[in-house]
Amino acid sequence: MATRVPAVEGWFTLGEEGAPALLGSRCAGCGTYAFPAEASFCRNPDCDGQEFETVELSRRGRIWSYTDARYQPPPPYLAADPYVPFCLAAVELAAEKLVVMGQVVGGVTVDDLRVGDEVELVIDTLYGEGDQDFVVWKWRPVAGPAGG
Amino acid sequence: MPDDKRVAVLGAGMHPWGKWGRPFVEYGLVAAREALADAGLAWRDVEFVSGADTIRNGYPGFVAGATFAQALGWTGARVSSCYAACASGAAAIASARAQILAGLCDVALVVGADTTPKGFFAPVGGDRKDDPDWLRFHLLGATNPTYFALYARRRMDRFGATEEDFAQVKVKNARHGQANPNARYRGEVTVDEVLASPMVADPLRLLEICATSDGGAAVVLASMEFARRHGGGAEPTVTINAVSTVTPAFPNTVIEMPNFSTDSAVALGAAGGDGGAFRPSITAAAYAEAGIGPEDLDLAEVYDLSAALELDWYEDIGLCGEGEGEKLLRDGVTALGGRVPVNPSGGLSCFGEAIPAQAIAQVCECVWQLRGAATGRQVEGARVAVTANQGLFGHGSSVVLAR
Repeated sequence: MATRVPAVEGWFTLGEEGAPALLGSRCAGCGTYAFPAEASFCRNPDCDGQEFETVELSRRGRIWSYTDARYQPPPPYLAADPYVPFCLAAVELAAEKLVVMGQVVGGVTVDDLRVGDEVELVIDTLYGEGDQDFVVWKWRPVAGPAGG
Repeated sequence: MPDDKRVAVLGAGMHPWGKWGRPFVEYGLVAAREALADAGLAWRDVEFVSGADTIRNGYPGFVAGATFAQALGWTGARVSSCYAACASGAAAIASARAQILAGLCDVALVVGADTTPKGFFAPVGGDRKDDPDWLRFHLLGATNPTYFALYARRRMDRFGATEEDFAQVKVKNARHGQANPNARYRGEVTVDEVLASPMVADPLRLLEICATSDGGAAVVLASMEFARRHGGGAEPTVTINAVSTVTPAFPNTVIEMPNFSTDSAVALGAAGGDGGAFRPSITAAAYAEAGIGPEDLDLAEVYDLSAALELDWYEDIGLCGEGEGEKLLRDGVTALGGRVPVNPSGGLSCFGEAIPAQAIAQVCECVWQLRGAATGRQVEGARVAVTANQGLFGHGSSVVLAR
């Protein structure tokens, strides 16, 4: 079985103990979040905080907007051969008051998505190399009572 | 407006946009010589050269200002070069203008030129896991059109924009660019042709996404006093009255290329802050500096990286309220013959983007429009024009010109 390896170090948990989550930073001074995590400065111009805790961001959010990639993106994107188009979504996290981009899991098309739809975070393969699966966070639509 | 905030635009020049495949220095040289000839000045009259860098052609565009100065022949002119992504041209203009307004020189030459590769813009090579621009391609496969498409889709879901609206922007700009000798694409385009072109990043199609081009643009700027002397006492025809090179205000709540996320607005609580979207703040700063408002505009050159993005700009530069861009387009307000033609040059739609030259090219078009010299695409009686643009990583770019 392939080993799961994060495609980037320290940006998310694999969810081996519970559900996976994005890892952001929270300024100890003013509470401002950042993703990816900031370790050296707070983005708030009125805060000179230098202490940050690493926090798991909300696992669910609502779609701010979405699109897809009909053509294979250029390197350093490592696409499967043959190339399979995928969707991307920018997702608003209510508690953190920020919007985070991510790919949408396979099998979903733009026709399945709407601004405002709820999605949840999952960890999924970005590309494989030998017996290693390089994984990344992706958004998966949450099927609601109204069908999504 | 008092002299102390204005500079005169004595000359404008461009090398036609295309996919010529020659060294960018050649394009810059052609544009610079044309601008100098237009100004009635010799290269030796230039005291300050301001170059807009390309990052695609070796050691930051051979550090552009000096490369262009050498190509014109060393004269000892002072030099500055800058890179601000798509806003590089405006940054180079701002630098030249500051030298003039500070009284450090009378005549400055601003030049930008680029030679571009084929296809999607890709990040600079190597394995660079600390660069968000590299990482967004690697981790998300997020190309530039990805971001343009996010904005376009949001307009559709929020304001009811249609695919046909986006296509109509392309049709309008194609019509504007037909008579522009510097435009790369000069054919008429129909809505059907746009809607039949391949989908790239839903809802944006190939004909609605800006291409990458080779090109060069230059302007000659001068102090008002020099301009009057040079013009035999007459007031200069066209002046730059404001240049905005603002950064965003925190929290920037709109996802911007090449970022993975927006700022968090948590610290500002329910009261909000001075933040929000970046684009509206760019021209707002320029209007404030020039002492005008959007109601004073006769034309605008905006950065239509996608056809849909032009509708966002209508609202961002204050031509209409949020969600009203489609109506403005449908009513013909922004077409030649309308109240405020937008992109009379044909815009990026007809040019494609030559990054360090593009913001200068926007200014060149405004200069010709304000002189009444934009043959075949003239905005009748134009007196006030604005350019608007935004560079990667938070670079605002807007220039207000008047006659």
